[in-house]
Amino acid sequence: MTVKEIRAEFPILSSSVYKRPLVYLDNAASSQRPLSVVKKLEQLSLEENANIHRAVHYLAAKATDEFEGAREAVRAALNAESKDEIIFTSGTTAAINLVAYSFGEAFVGEGDEIIVSVSEHHSNIVPWQLLCQRKKASLKVLDIDENGELQAGTLEKLISQRTKLVAISQISNVLGLINPVAGIIETAHSYGVPVLVDGAQGFVHLQTDVRVMDCDFYVFSGHKVFATTGSGVLYGKKKWLEQMPPFMGGGEMIETVSFSGTTFAPLPYKFEAGTQNFNGIPTLVPALELREKCLKDSELQKNVEEITAYVLDALTSDPRIILYGVPRRTEDKIPLFSFSVKGVHHEDLALIMDKMGIALRSGQMCAEPLMDRFGVSGMLRASFAPYNTMDEAKYFIQCLDKAIGMLQ
Amino acid sequence: MSLEESKQEIIEAFSIYDEWLDKYEYLIELGKNLQPYPEEKKTDEHLIKGCQSRVWLDAEEKDGKLFFSADSDAIITKGIISLLISVYSGRTPAEISADDFSFVEQIGLRENLSPTRANGLVSMISTIRQMAAEYE
Repeated sequence: MTVKEIRAEFPILSSSVYKRPLVYLDNAASSQRPLSVVKKLEQLSLEENANIHRAVHYLAAKATDEFEGAREAVRAALNAESKDEIIFTSGTTAAINLVAYSFGEAFVGEGDEIIVSVSEHHSNIVPWQLLCQRKKASLKVLDIDENGELQAGTLEKLISQRTKLVAISQISNVLGLINPVAGIIETAHSYGVPVLVDGAQGFVHLQTDVRVMDCDFYVFSGHKVFATTGSGVLYGKKKWLEQMPPFMGGGEMIETVSFSGTTFAPLPYKFEAGTQNFNGIPTLVPALELREKCLKDSELQKNVEEITAYVLDALTSDPRIILYGVPRRTEDKIPLFSFSVKGVHHEDLALIMDKMGIALRSGQMCAEPLMDRFGVSGMLRASFAPYNTMDEAKYFIQCLDKAIGMLQ
Repeated sequence: MSLEESKQEIIEAFSIYDEWLDKYEYLIELGKNLQPYPEEKKTDEHLIKGCQSRVWLDAEEKDGKLFFSADSDAIITKGIISLLISVYSGRTPAEISADDFSFVEQIGLRENLSPTRANGLVSMISTIRQMAAEYE
């Protein structure tokens, strides 16, 4: 598949902003949607719209099939053992909050400890802080080095008898470096500590097999990988999910309800309270098909690798620029680049480059502790998807140079 | 130059440029040429709330007129505050209070800023108004 062919799937990519061709480089915040996903959403809205699981009528059965079909597609994409281990949420944040609450209720008490890394997104920090406040537990922080590389070797020093869980991202949304999660999981498991892997960025760029990885929980957001908003996933090993109490009550999650006591539905429904996003979740099916294509297609992969190498070289060889997340080997980096320009405010650059047609992210990127770690108030981020071209990468570098020239 | 003339001058300066990139270039120049702001006044008290980048603003009264000075860590923001100062500095509090600040709409500044910057612009304007009200 050529990049041109995949671009044809995304009409928005051929649009213009301020009379210039749009160059969308904010994919780490949200990817664009392909026609297959838009059509699926339309089909569900126009032809198969009904609440799922309960009613016996035709439309409800169709909608339920679509929803459960998506569960199977996610199971297959993650190579999970069972569909019961796949829980739909509104997104990564909701999935982590679910685990923080529910796992916390079951397993975390006063004096216990949770380990996160300094490079986590706020969504993989704040739910644990809330849990720690609630339970009088404490949060331990795994550090990175100057290049942004996770100090995985120091994990053992942080683990104690009170450690209940390690929560770590597969790839940081700021650094774009592939974390050594396999080693982290092995180390944590050797002390009997389960691991949650935040796959919000990782699932987009890496083939992910939860059984090979052996993580205890894995979470991601559909909207970052071509599906609609509100299509998040929590994978959890059955042995944990079964022991965890429900997060929210009401709707599909019950078995029987009476005022003398309520019993809960089996997995995965125990964790799916209230009306589910039955129009949005099935868009995961075409979205995951496209993801699979992107990850397996040699031409698309070559394009991604070439763009990564080109941008990495351009940014690291420019003395005006400080790149955060410098890999030891190019293959440890995804095409996600956060950087600062000496003497230039990130917002100024973002504002000027926006007018050049380039969509970038600027600011703290939901990772304030990491900003503090590097002593900056914010950064600029360019994040590429498989549909971005080398021409766009070159245009980005040219425009960056021009914008810096205007500002310095 | 009267307040009206001052505003007209800026509206004309902006109308020369078709492209917003050029208008930004003009704002950057304004930012670079802003009078230095005293370091000791870079305090929370002088910080304008509601801006993504940091903006400090100070006002002094002389012969019944207000004179503003300002600074920011972002150059475009600095250009914007410089533009406001060039119009409103040296006016009486009554003049400032009576003005509707609509010239920023006329030059299309507000809708061409990112939402966070536009909020910042609104905060800058309300701070100038507030300072004028205090001296009235």
